[in-house]
Amino acid sequence: MRIIKNRILKGIVTKPLDKSFSLNEGLETTGAELKKIIQEKFSRSLHIREVDTGSCGACESEIISTTNPIYDIQRFGVSFVASPRHADCLLVTGPVSKNMALALKKTYDAMPEPKFVITLGRCALDGGIFKDAYYTEKGVANIIPVAFHIPGCPPKPLDIIKALITFLKAR
Amino acid sequence: MDYKAVLKELNEKLGVETKTVFLREDEIYLKVNLNDFKTTCLTLHKVLLAPIASLFALDCRKDSGVFEIYCSFASAKCKKWFFVVAEISGDDPKFNSLAKDIYSASLFEREIKEMFGIEPYGNPDTRRLRLHSEICPEIYPLRKDFNKPPARGKAEDYVFNKVEGEGIFEVPVGPVHAGIIGPGHFRFSMAGEPIINLEIRLGFKHRGIEKLFEGKTIPEAINLSECVSGDASFANSLSFCTAIEKIAGITPSENTQMLRAVFLELERLYNHINDMGGIAVDVGFSFPAAFAQIVKENILQLNEKLTGSRYLKNVNSPGEVKITWDKEKAEAAQEALKKIYKDFKEIKEILLSSVSFMDRVDGTGVLKKKTAEDLGVTGVAARASGIAADLRKDFPGIYAKAKFNPVKQEAGDCLARLNMRIAEFEESLRVICDFLGKITPQPQMASNYNIKEGFALGYAEAWRGALTYWVKVNKNGVIERCKITDPSFLNWQALSFCVLGDIIPDFPLCNKSFDLSYSGNDL
Repeated sequence: MRIIKNRILKGIVTKPLDKSFSLNEGLETTGAELKKIIQEKFSRSLHIREVDTGSCGACESEIISTTNPIYDIQRFGVSFVASPRHADCLLVTGPVSKNMALALKKTYDAMPEPKFVITLGRCALDGGIFKDAYYTEKGVANIIPVAFHIPGCPPKPLDIIKALITFLKAR
Repeated sequence: MDYKAVLKELNEKLGVETKTVFLREDEIYLKVNLNDFKTTCLTLHKVLLAPIASLFALDCRKDSGVFEIYCSFASAKCKKWFFVVAEISGDDPKFNSLAKDIYSASLFEREIKEMFGIEPYGNPDTRRLRLHSEICPEIYPLRKDFNKPPARGKAEDYVFNKVEGEGIFEVPVGPVHAGIIGPGHFRFSMAGEPIINLEIRLGFKHRGIEKLFEGKTIPEAINLSECVSGDASFANSLSFCTAIEKIAGITPSENTQMLRAVFLELERLYNHINDMGGIAVDVGFSFPAAFAQIVKENILQLNEKLTGSRYLKNVNSPGEVKITWDKEKAEAAQEALKKIYKDFKEIKEILLSSVSFMDRVDGTGVLKKKTAEDLGVTGVAARASGIAADLRKDFPGIYAKAKFNPVKQEAGDCLARLNMRIAEFEESLRVICDFLGKITPQPQMASNYNIKEGFALGYAEAWRGALTYWVKVNKNGVIERCKITDPSFLNWQALSFCVLGDIIPDFPLCNKSFDLSYSGNDL
């Protein structure tokens, strides 16, 4: 009963629940734009596989946030999948620690063509704050070809969605 | 209890006089000969009834030709951290292993071996933790004379513990997992359905953070500490800053301390609610999970409103917090927290009133108190198994003003850990509201301090458990050595014990009920 009551009360929570939390202005229009592009270019769905190669964990948390009921990126046609074999796109965070280089390469190789790689967060670009560490490969581009970078440390959920639009439009 | 009584008892039991070389309000350093190091640690361990908080080495060969080894214990009774210090010769570095007598020393010793090349003599397990043997040869990166990046070594396989017997099979999982989560390798040995052994191999995210700290100035190092574990960035920067404050001899104002406590508790709130949702996800109960995600997002947005950062980064500096505080912020926070509490109560009731949910979490993944003590488990996991250890109570500082009430559970199963999070969420909310009423508005203050040469321990009760930073600053005012002991480092071991006898589908549930950091463990 409580669940049913809550479901009705919360409705389809795709908007900010509360005006005092409404830092998400523009989400609906941005989302509609993303949906349109994905409809056209990926016939309705873009499947993303995420790999963490040594980030601090904040980027993962923000990627998960894009799937929460407030942003709900899935309704725009983006879904995060459990296997590289199901994926169109590989989303990589972290500077690539030496221990993860091989796993990253293998994950990339396991993806079917056509495929592309997006990096997310400052350390994925060139190592960022971990650039001078002895045990990193200084960015994803040194291991696999990268098509696009989403900047931020970490990027906010809405920024991730906007960046995806910028990239997909140009593609 | 006075620390002098402890020292007296220690000296009587040992039969030799230990030398107190350094004393601070909450730290005491005892210097012993390397030959007495092991017995001193064991005796202190028994006298204090405390687990090893940290065990680490230092390369001082440039100045004195020796390595130094430090073993620390936290004593709630004397409100002091005890450090046993010994010197190890630089020519043939080795020391007597503690691992056979104190199990929790084992991981620290393996770390010392791979990072410094100091041999823990008598430790039965000297496999490497982070510098995987198939990736690089032995390089000892924390030695001061290490400078070149590792060459790719000869492939040398890591040997997993093997269970043999009829019908026993292995299930390897990872390093890349199905979810949006960090990398780690889990090797299950199964006899039919039940798990009879689980070996966890981590270190995939190792970047060499401790080495990276060396030579950094204080502001640079604070930024780096925030990237040690992104979901506990405030606790990390707080621990680091308290260490620097002790070295520089400054005390932050009460207002600053209360603000810090508010942010530390906000960090706890968003992570605890995230875990409550995560536990629901892992049993396929999606409604409360989605609900919890909404609450988490609300807390993150509150964080942004208060500090400009969703993950409370760039807030701490030695002696100050780098933000303004006014009445509007306090009111906004109070209002937001009221709504958050309402939603939280709903989630709690949905979870605890579902019979099928309770059936999954009740009695699953039991971590026995004895095991938890042997492993030196800290934080939520320890308190769920009946160990009353919480730095907010043991070394209360500003928390004494809010009359902080620690919570504890006895059962040690997933439900106990869930109940811990629920109870801590409520207590944290109370503490935040208490402090919000006491904090007076303040403008942004410049952090004003003169860094000196010295060393100190900084600590905070992060949401996972006790987080400590032992920092040494050299005469140029840059970091000489920074040893981070993340709560996940010891708690990962506990996970491999608690799943025994359960089935593989219960593993994600147990894993989430601990919710440990890959990044903080791997460094």
